[in-house]
Amino acid sequence: MLKPAEFYQRDRNWHPHAFAPDYKTSVTRSPQRALISLEQGPSEITGPTFGHNDVDPIDRDLLSNYAAKGQSPIGERMILHGRVLDENARALPDTLVEIWQANAGGRYRHRKDTYLAPIDPNFGGCGRTLTDENGYYSFRTVKPGAYPWRNTVNDWRPAHIHFSIFGHSFCQRLITQCYFEGDPLIVRCPIVNAIPDAKAIDQLTAALDLNATIPLDTIAYKFDIVLRGRRSTLFENRLEGN
Amino acid sequence: MAQKLGHLKESPSQTAGPYVHIGLAPKAAGFDIFEHELGWDIAGASAAGERIRIEGLVIDGTGSPVKDVLLEAWQANAAGVYPGAGEVEDGFRGWGRVITDFETGLWGFETVKPGSVMGRDGRMMAPHINLWIVARGINVGLNTRLYFSDDPDANAADPVINLIEWENRRATLIAERQESEPLYRFDIRLQGENETVFFDV
Repeated sequence: MLKPAEFYQRDRNWHPHAFAPDYKTSVTRSPQRALISLEQGPSEITGPTFGHNDVDPIDRDLLSNYAAKGQSPIGERMILHGRVLDENARALPDTLVEIWQANAGGRYRHRKDTYLAPIDPNFGGCGRTLTDENGYYSFRTVKPGAYPWRNTVNDWRPAHIHFSIFGHSFCQRLITQCYFEGDPLIVRCPIVNAIPDAKAIDQLTAALDLNATIPLDTIAYKFDIVLRGRRSTLFENRLEGN
Repeated sequence: MAQKLGHLKESPSQTAGPYVHIGLAPKAAGFDIFEHELGWDIAGASAAGERIRIEGLVIDGTGSPVKDVLLEAWQANAAGVYPGAGEVEDGFRGWGRVITDFETGLWGFETVKPGSVMGRDGRMMAPHINLWIVARGINVGLNTRLYFSDDPDANAADPVINLIEWENRRATLIAERQESEPLYRFDIRLQGENETVFFDV
Protein backbone atom coordinates (compact mmCIF):
# COMPACT_ATOMS: atom_id res chain seq x y z
CA MET A 1 0.00 0.00 0.00
CA LEU A 2 1.43 3.36 -1.03
CA LYS A 3 1.63 6.03 1.58
CA PRO A 4 -0.75 8.76 0.38
CA ALA A 5 1.89 11.45 0.15
CA GLU A 6 2.12 13.81 -2.78
CA PHE A 7 5.13 14.89 -4.81
CA TYR A 8 6.98 18.17 -5.01
CA GLN A 9 5.64 20.49 -7.67
CA ARG A 10 7.47 20.49 -10.98
CA ASP A 11 9.74 23.49 -11.59
CA ARG A 12 8.53 24.34 -15.07
CA ASN A 13 11.22 26.97 -15.54
CA TRP A 14 13.82 24.25 -15.08
CA HIS A 15 12.17 22.03 -17.67
CA PRO A 16 11.98 23.25 -21.27
CA HIS A 17 9.00 25.45 -22.05
CA ALA A 18 6.34 23.98 -24.33
CA PHE A 19 6.76 26.79 -26.88
CA ALA A 20 10.41 26.89 -27.97
CA PRO A 21 10.26 28.38 -31.47
CA ASP A 22 13.84 27.55 -32.47
CA TYR A 23 12.69 23.93 -32.20
CA LYS A 24 10.22 24.43 -35.00
CA THR A 25 7.88 21.50 -34.41
CA SER A 26 7.07 22.88 -30.96
CA VAL A 27 5.40 25.93 -32.54
CA THR A 28 2.18 24.10 -33.48
CA ARG A 29 2.37 21.39 -30.82
CA SER A 30 2.51 23.58 -27.70
CA PRO A 31 -0.66 24.45 -25.76
CA GLN A 32 -1.47 28.17 -25.65
CA ARG A 33 -3.72 28.01 -22.61
CA ALA A 34 -2.17 27.78 -19.16
CA LEU A 35 -1.96 24.34 -17.59
CA ILE A 36 -4.58 23.74 -14.90
CA SER A 37 -2.81 23.06 -11.61
CA LEU A 38 -4.06 19.93 -9.93
CA GLU A 39 -3.54 19.01 -6.31
CA GLN A 40 -2.48 15.39 -6.46
CA GLY A 41 -4.85 12.60 -5.55
CA PRO A 42 -4.89 8.83 -5.97
CA SER A 43 -4.84 9.11 -9.78
CA GLU A 44 -1.50 10.93 -9.71
CA ILE A 45 0.37 9.31 -6.82
CA THR A 46 -0.18 5.73 -7.98
CA GLY A 47 1.50 4.25 -11.02
CA PRO A 48 2.29 1.03 -12.86
CA THR A 49 4.83 -1.45 -11.56
CA PHE A 50 7.06 -3.78 -13.55
CA GLY A 51 8.78 -7.01 -12.66
CA HIS A 52 11.34 -9.42 -13.94
CA ASN A 53 8.66 -11.13 -16.07
CA ASP A 54 8.49 -7.94 -18.13
CA VAL A 55 12.15 -7.73 -19.13
CA ASP A 56 14.79 -10.25 -20.15
CA PRO A 57 18.37 -9.85 -18.92
CA ILE A 58 19.57 -9.49 -22.52
CA ASP A 59 17.27 -6.48 -23.05
CA ARG A 60 19.88 -4.19 -21.48
CA ASP A 61 22.71 -5.34 -23.71
CA LEU A 62 22.44 -3.50 -27.02
CA LEU A 63 25.75 -5.01 -28.12
CA SER A 64 24.05 -8.39 -28.36
CA ASN A 65 20.26 -8.00 -28.24
CA TYR A 66 19.96 -7.60 -32.02
CA ALA A 67 23.28 -9.01 -33.21
CA ALA A 68 23.61 -12.20 -35.21
CA LYS A 69 25.33 -15.03 -33.39
CA GLY A 70 29.02 -14.23 -33.02
CA GLN A 71 28.56 -10.73 -34.47
CA SER A 72 28.71 -7.32 -32.86
CA PRO A 73 27.65 -3.83 -33.91
CA ILE A 74 30.23 -1.40 -35.30
CA GLY A 75 31.07 1.54 -33.07
CA GLU A 76 32.51 2.75 -29.80
CA ARG A 77 31.66 0.05 -27.25
CA MET A 78 30.20 1.77 -24.21
CA ILE A 79 28.79 1.08 -20.77
CA LEU A 80 26.12 3.60 -19.83
CA HIS A 81 25.24 3.39 -16.17
CA GLY A 82 23.98 5.39 -13.24
CA ARG A 83 21.34 5.64 -10.55
CA VAL A 84 17.73 6.72 -10.51
CA LEU A 85 17.15 8.96 -7.50
CA ASP A 86 14.40 11.27 -6.34
CA GLU A 87 14.79 14.91 -5.33
CA ASN A 88 15.31 13.76 -1.74
CA ALA A 89 18.35 11.79 -3.02
CA ARG A 90 16.62 8.51 -2.24
CA ALA A 91 17.26 5.65 -4.64
CA LEU A 92 14.33 4.37 -6.70
CA PRO A 93 14.57 0.57 -6.83
CA ASP A 94 12.70 -1.67 -9.28
CA THR A 95 11.79 1.08 -11.68
CA LEU A 96 11.67 0.54 -15.44
CA VAL A 97 14.28 2.37 -17.54
CA GLU A 98 13.93 2.18 -21.33
CA ILE A 99 16.37 3.63 -23.86
CA TRP A 100 16.56 4.08 -27.61
CA GLN A 101 19.21 5.52 -29.90
CA ALA A 102 20.73 5.74 -33.36
CA ASN A 103 23.67 3.56 -34.37
CA ALA A 104 27.30 4.70 -34.51
CA GLY A 105 26.63 6.50 -37.81
CA GLY A 106 23.58 8.39 -36.59
CA ARG A 107 21.03 6.17 -38.35
CA TYR A 108 17.90 4.94 -36.57
CA ARG A 109 16.36 1.57 -37.24
CA HIS A 110 12.97 3.13 -37.96
CA ARG A 111 10.89 2.97 -41.11
CA LYS A 112 10.61 6.78 -41.10
CA ASP A 113 14.37 7.47 -40.92
CA THR A 114 15.77 8.00 -44.41
CA TYR A 115 19.22 9.39 -43.54
CA LEU A 116 21.80 8.06 -46.00
CA ALA A 117 24.11 6.65 -43.31
CA PRO A 118 23.58 2.87 -43.34
CA ILE A 119 21.70 0.62 -40.94
CA ASP A 120 23.97 -1.61 -38.89
CA PRO A 121 22.70 -5.18 -39.38
CA ASN A 122 23.78 -6.09 -35.85
CA PHE A 123 22.27 -3.13 -34.04
CA GLY A 124 18.62 -2.62 -33.06
CA GLY A 125 18.94 0.43 -30.87
CA CYS A 126 16.63 -0.19 -27.94
CA GLY A 127 17.03 -1.57 -24.47
CA ARG A 128 15.30 -1.73 -21.11
CA THR A 129 16.06 -2.76 -17.57
CA LEU A 130 14.85 -2.48 -14.00
CA THR A 131 16.90 -0.60 -11.42
CA ASP A 132 18.28 -2.76 -8.61
CA GLU A 133 17.61 -2.33 -4.89
CA ASN A 134 19.99 0.68 -4.84
CA GLY A 135 18.39 2.39 -7.82
CA TYR A 136 21.28 1.37 -10.06
CA TYR A 137 20.99 0.54 -13.77
CA SER A 138 23.43 -0.19 -16.56
CA PHE A 139 23.35 -0.78 -20.30
CA ARG A 140 25.96 -1.93 -22.81
CA THR A 141 25.74 -0.28 -26.20
CA VAL A 142 27.68 1.64 -28.84
CA LYS A 143 28.03 5.39 -28.64
CA PRO A 144 25.52 6.90 -31.08
CA GLY A 145 26.56 9.25 -33.86
CA ALA A 146 25.30 12.77 -34.48
CA TYR A 147 22.66 13.09 -37.17
CA PRO A 148 21.13 15.85 -39.27
CA TRP A 149 17.47 16.80 -39.00
CA ARG A 150 15.11 19.09 -40.86
CA ASN A 151 14.85 22.05 -38.54
CA THR A 152 17.08 24.72 -40.02
CA VAL A 153 18.76 23.42 -43.14
CA ASN A 154 21.95 22.57 -41.25
CA ASP A 155 20.95 21.40 -37.77
CA TRP A 156 22.67 18.36 -36.26
CA ARG A 157 21.58 16.59 -33.11
CA PRO A 158 24.39 15.93 -30.64
CA ALA A 159 25.08 12.27 -29.92
CA HIS A 160 22.27 11.30 -27.56
CA ILE A 161 20.37 8.42 -26.06
CA HIS A 162 16.66 8.76 -25.28
CA PHE A 163 15.58 7.71 -21.78
CA SER A 164 12.10 6.81 -20.54
CA ILE A 165 11.77 6.38 -16.76
CA PHE A 166 8.68 5.48 -14.74
CA GLY A 167 9.42 6.05 -11.06
CA HIS A 168 6.76 4.83 -8.66
CA SER A 169 3.86 7.05 -9.64
CA PHE A 170 2.27 8.25 -12.87
CA CYS A 171 3.17 11.87 -12.05
CA GLN A 172 6.89 10.98 -11.97
CA ARG A 173 6.77 9.77 -15.57
CA LEU A 174 9.64 11.29 -17.54
CA ILE A 175 11.19 11.11 -20.98
CA THR A 176 14.50 12.84 -21.51
CA GLN A 177 17.76 12.59 -23.47
CA CYS A 178 21.31 11.83 -22.37
CA TYR A 179 24.15 13.77 -24.01
CA PHE A 180 27.88 13.15 -23.73
CA GLU A 181 30.59 15.22 -22.07
CA GLY A 182 32.53 17.52 -24.37
CA ASP A 183 30.26 17.30 -27.43
CA PRO A 184 30.44 20.68 -29.24
CA LEU A 185 26.98 20.14 -30.75
CA ILE A 186 25.23 20.32 -27.36
CA VAL A 187 25.30 24.12 -27.09
CA ARG A 188 24.13 24.48 -30.71
CA CYS A 189 21.08 22.23 -30.48
CA PRO A 190 17.62 23.88 -30.46
CA ILE A 191 16.12 20.90 -28.62
CA VAL A 192 18.74 21.18 -25.88
CA ASN A 193 18.39 24.95 -25.84
CA ALA A 194 14.66 24.68 -25.18
CA ILE A 195 15.93 24.16 -21.60
CA PRO A 196 16.30 27.68 -20.15
CA ASP A 197 19.00 27.00 -17.53
CA ALA A 198 22.55 25.92 -18.43
CA LYS A 199 22.83 23.99 -15.16
CA ALA A 200 19.83 21.92 -16.21
CA ILE A 201 21.56 21.11 -19.49
CA ASP A 202 24.62 19.96 -17.53
CA GLN A 203 22.32 17.58 -15.68
CA LEU A 204 21.59 15.82 -18.98
CA THR A 205 25.25 15.46 -19.92
CA ALA A 206 26.79 12.09 -19.05
CA ALA A 207 30.32 12.17 -17.70
CA LEU A 208 33.15 10.01 -18.98
CA ASP A 209 33.66 7.47 -16.18
CA LEU A 210 37.05 5.81 -16.51
CA ASN A 211 36.52 3.98 -13.23
CA ALA A 212 33.68 2.02 -14.77
CA THR A 213 35.38 1.12 -18.03
CA ILE A 214 36.58 -2.36 -18.84
CA PRO A 215 40.21 -1.80 -19.90
CA LEU A 216 40.93 -2.88 -23.48
CA ASP A 217 37.23 -3.61 -23.97
CA THR A 218 34.52 -1.01 -23.24
CA ILE A 219 34.52 2.69 -22.34
CA ALA A 220 32.00 4.01 -19.81
CA TYR A 221 29.80 7.04 -19.15
CA LYS A 222 27.80 7.78 -16.02
CA PHE A 223 24.31 9.26 -16.21
CA ASP A 224 22.25 9.73 -13.04
CA ILE A 225 18.55 10.51 -13.31
CA VAL A 226 16.49 12.45 -10.77
CA LEU A 227 12.72 12.07 -10.55
CA ARG A 228 10.30 14.12 -8.46
CA GLY A 229 10.57 13.71 -4.70
CA ARG A 230 7.76 12.85 -2.34
CA ARG A 231 6.63 15.14 0.45
CA SER A 232 6.76 13.67 3.92
CA THR A 233 3.25 14.82 4.80
CA LEU A 234 -0.01 13.08 3.98
CA PHE A 235 -2.22 14.91 1.55
CA GLU A 236 -5.37 14.29 3.59
CA ASN A 237 -4.79 17.27 5.83
CA ARG A 238 -8.49 17.79 6.41
CA LEU A 239 -9.51 14.28 7.26
CA GLU A 240 -12.96 14.93 8.71
CA GLY A 241 -15.73 17.28 7.85
CA ASN A 242 -13.42 20.01 6.60
CA MET B 1 23.31 33.84 0.59
CA ALA B 2 21.10 31.53 2.56
CA GLN B 3 21.97 27.92 3.26
CA LYS B 4 21.44 25.40 0.51
CA LEU B 5 18.32 23.28 0.87
CA GLY B 6 20.12 20.26 -0.52
CA HIS B 7 17.30 18.99 -2.69
CA LEU B 8 18.30 17.56 -6.02
CA LYS B 9 16.69 19.01 -9.13
CA GLU B 10 14.51 16.82 -11.30
CA SER B 11 16.17 15.77 -14.55
CA PRO B 12 14.78 18.12 -17.18
CA SER B 13 12.44 16.64 -19.76
CA GLN B 14 13.24 16.48 -23.47
CA THR B 15 11.03 15.60 -26.40
CA ALA B 16 10.47 11.92 -27.16
CA GLY B 17 11.27 12.75 -30.80
CA PRO B 18 9.92 11.17 -33.97
CA TYR B 19 11.50 7.75 -33.35
CA VAL B 20 10.02 7.10 -29.91
CA HIS B 21 8.63 3.84 -31.31
CA ILE B 22 12.10 2.30 -31.51
CA GLY B 23 12.34 2.27 -27.75
CA LEU B 24 8.75 1.98 -26.63
CA ALA B 25 6.98 0.19 -29.53
CA PRO B 26 9.72 -1.36 -31.72
CA LYS B 27 7.32 -3.45 -33.82
CA ALA B 28 5.81 -0.21 -35.11
CA ALA B 29 9.29 1.08 -35.93
CA GLY B 30 9.63 -1.98 -38.13
CA PHE B 31 11.58 -4.59 -36.20
CA ASP B 32 11.20 -7.47 -33.77
CA ILE B 33 13.47 -7.39 -30.77
CA PHE B 34 11.64 -8.00 -27.50
CA GLU B 35 9.93 -11.22 -26.49
CA HIS B 36 6.93 -9.13 -25.49
CA GLU B 37 6.26 -5.43 -25.79
CA LEU B 38 4.84 -3.65 -22.80
CA GLY B 39 1.57 -1.84 -22.47
CA TRP B 40 -0.73 -3.46 -25.04
CA ASP B 41 -3.06 -5.09 -22.50
CA ILE B 42 -4.43 -2.67 -19.92
CA ALA B 43 -7.16 -4.66 -18.19
CA GLY B 44 -6.22 -8.32 -18.73
CA ALA B 45 -8.62 -11.20 -19.34
CA SER B 46 -10.18 -11.51 -15.89
CA ALA B 47 -11.12 -7.89 -15.20
CA ALA B 48 -14.71 -7.18 -14.20
CA GLY B 49 -16.68 -4.41 -15.84
CA GLU B 50 -17.77 -3.24 -19.25
CA ARG B 51 -15.30 -3.83 -22.10
CA ILE B 52 -14.87 -0.61 -24.05
CA ARG B 53 -12.77 0.81 -26.85
CA ILE B 54 -11.50 4.37 -27.02
CA GLU B 55 -10.31 6.03 -30.21
CA GLY B 56 -9.22 9.47 -31.25
CA LEU B 57 -6.84 11.82 -32.96
CA VAL B 58 -4.27 14.20 -31.58
CA ILE B 59 -4.59 17.43 -33.55
CA ASP B 60 -2.00 20.22 -33.76
CA GLY B 61 -2.45 23.99 -33.95
CA THR B 62 -3.02 23.90 -37.72
CA GLY B 63 -5.82 21.35 -37.44
CA SER B 64 -3.64 18.50 -38.74
CA PRO B 65 -3.54 15.09 -37.07
CA VAL B 66 -0.25 14.37 -35.32
CA LYS B 67 0.97 11.05 -36.63
CA ASP B 68 3.92 10.31 -34.37
CA VAL B 69 2.33 10.46 -30.91
CA LEU B 70 2.73 7.99 -28.11
CA LEU B 71 0.04 7.95 -25.42
CA GLU B 72 0.06 6.22 -22.08
CA ALA B 73 -3.05 5.47 -20.04
CA TRP B 74 -3.38 4.90 -16.30
CA GLN B 75 -6.70 3.91 -14.76
CA ALA B 76 -8.48 2.18 -11.90
CA ASN B 77 -10.44 -1.05 -12.34
CA ALA B 78 -14.24 -1.22 -12.48
CA ALA B 79 -14.35 -1.09 -8.66
CA GLY B 80 -12.36 2.14 -8.66
CA VAL B 81 -9.13 0.59 -7.32
CA TYR B 82 -5.69 1.41 -8.72
CA PRO B 83 -3.14 -1.41 -8.86
CA GLY B 84 -0.78 -0.91 -5.93
CA ALA B 85 -3.45 0.84 -3.86
CA GLY B 86 -5.58 -2.25 -3.21
CA GLU B 87 -6.62 -5.62 -4.60
CA VAL B 88 -7.28 -5.81 -8.34
CA GLU B 89 -8.02 -8.73 -10.66
CA ASP B 90 -5.17 -10.97 -11.82
CA GLY B 91 -3.70 -9.45 -14.95
CA PHE B 92 -5.25 -6.02 -14.40
CA ARG B 93 -2.35 -3.67 -14.99
CA GLY B 94 -4.20 -0.37 -15.31
CA TRP B 95 -1.47 0.93 -17.57
CA GLY B 96 -1.09 0.85 -21.31
CA ARG B 97 0.57 2.61 -24.20
CA VAL B 98 -0.50 3.14 -27.78
CA ILE B 99 0.84 4.94 -30.79
CA THR B 100 -0.94 6.70 -33.61
CA ASP B 101 -1.25 5.19 -37.07
CA PHE B 102 1.51 6.64 -39.27
CA GLU B 103 -0.95 7.28 -42.15
CA THR B 104 -4.13 8.45 -40.40
CA GLY B 105 -3.03 9.55 -36.94
CA LEU B 106 -5.78 7.46 -35.32
CA TRP B 107 -4.99 5.82 -31.98
CA GLY B 108 -7.13 3.46 -29.94
CA PHE B 109 -7.09 1.04 -27.07
CA GLU B 110 -9.32 -1.53 -25.42
CA THR B 111 -9.90 -1.68 -21.71
CA VAL B 112 -12.66 -1.85 -19.11
CA LYS B 113 -14.51 1.23 -18.02
CA PRO B 114 -13.01 2.39 -14.70
CA GLY B 115 -15.14 2.92 -11.62
CA SER B 116 -15.33 6.06 -9.53
CA VAL B 117 -12.33 6.73 -7.30
CA MET B 118 -12.32 8.56 -3.97
CA GLY B 119 -10.34 11.75 -4.43
CA ARG B 120 -8.86 14.26 -2.00
CA ASP B 121 -10.81 15.23 1.07
CA GLY B 122 -13.20 12.31 0.57
CA ARG B 123 -14.74 13.73 -2.61
CA MET B 124 -15.72 11.11 -5.19
CA MET B 125 -14.22 11.53 -8.66
CA ALA B 126 -16.16 10.55 -11.78
CA PRO B 127 -14.79 7.58 -13.78
CA HIS B 128 -11.75 8.76 -15.71
CA ILE B 129 -8.57 7.58 -17.42
CA ASN B 130 -5.35 9.53 -16.94
CA LEU B 131 -3.48 10.15 -20.20
CA TRP B 132 0.11 11.19 -20.83
CA ILE B 133 1.04 12.37 -24.31
CA VAL B 134 4.54 12.61 -25.80
CA ALA B 135 5.68 13.30 -29.36
CA ARG B 136 8.13 15.16 -31.50
CA GLY B 137 7.64 18.85 -30.76
CA ILE B 138 6.30 18.23 -27.23
CA ASN B 139 9.08 19.15 -24.80
CA VAL B 140 7.40 17.94 -21.61
CA GLY B 141 4.79 15.17 -21.65
CA LEU B 142 1.22 16.51 -21.45
CA ASN B 143 -1.16 15.23 -18.79
CA THR B 144 -4.88 15.16 -19.34
CA ARG B 145 -7.91 13.13 -18.26
CA LEU B 146 -10.56 11.34 -20.24
CA TYR B 147 -14.07 11.30 -18.74
CA PHE B 148 -17.14 9.57 -20.22
CA SER B 149 -20.19 11.21 -21.80
CA ASP B 150 -22.58 8.66 -20.24
CA ASP B 151 -21.71 9.79 -16.69
CA PRO B 152 -23.21 13.31 -16.79
CA ASP B 153 -24.16 13.47 -13.11
CA ALA B 154 -20.83 12.16 -11.84
CA ASN B 155 -18.97 14.48 -14.21
CA ALA B 156 -20.98 17.46 -12.99
CA ALA B 157 -19.87 16.69 -9.42
CA ASP B 158 -16.26 15.78 -10.23
CA PRO B 159 -13.83 17.86 -8.14
CA VAL B 160 -11.19 18.03 -10.89
CA ILE B 161 -13.58 19.03 -13.68
CA ASN B 162 -14.93 21.69 -11.33
CA LEU B 163 -11.44 23.13 -10.86
CA ILE B 164 -11.63 24.37 -14.45
CA GLU B 165 -13.17 27.80 -14.04
CA TRP B 166 -13.95 28.18 -17.75
CA GLU B 167 -17.00 25.96 -18.00
CA ASN B 168 -16.85 25.69 -21.78
CA ARG B 169 -13.39 24.12 -21.55
CA ARG B 170 -14.65 21.21 -19.45
CA ALA B 171 -16.24 19.51 -22.45
CA THR B 172 -12.77 18.97 -23.95
CA LEU B 173 -12.25 16.20 -21.37
CA ILE B 174 -15.43 14.22 -22.14
CA ALA B 175 -15.16 11.25 -24.49
CA GLU B 176 -18.31 10.83 -26.60
CA ARG B 177 -19.97 7.42 -26.46
CA GLN B 178 -20.99 6.24 -29.92
CA GLU B 179 -24.54 5.02 -30.45
CA SER B 180 -25.14 1.37 -29.49
CA GLU B 181 -21.44 0.50 -29.36
CA PRO B 182 -19.03 0.36 -26.41
CA LEU B 183 -16.82 2.84 -28.28
CA TYR B 184 -15.83 6.31 -27.14
CA ARG B 185 -14.30 9.03 -29.26
CA PHE B 186 -11.71 11.31 -27.66
CA ASP B 187 -9.86 13.85 -29.79
CA ILE B 188 -7.05 15.83 -28.20
CA ARG B 189 -6.42 19.36 -29.51
CA LEU B 190 -2.94 20.50 -28.59
CA GLN B 191 -3.39 24.15 -29.47
CA GLY B 192 -5.94 26.75 -30.48
CA GLU B 193 -9.71 26.54 -30.69
CA ASN B 194 -11.19 24.01 -28.26
CA GLU B 195 -7.72 23.30 -26.93
CA THR B 196 -7.83 20.28 -24.62
CA VAL B 197 -7.33 21.01 -20.94
CA PHE B 198 -3.88 19.89 -19.79
CA PHE B 199 -2.94 19.61 -16.15
CA ASP B 200 0.11 20.49 -14.15
CA VAL B 201 -0.01 17.51 -11.84
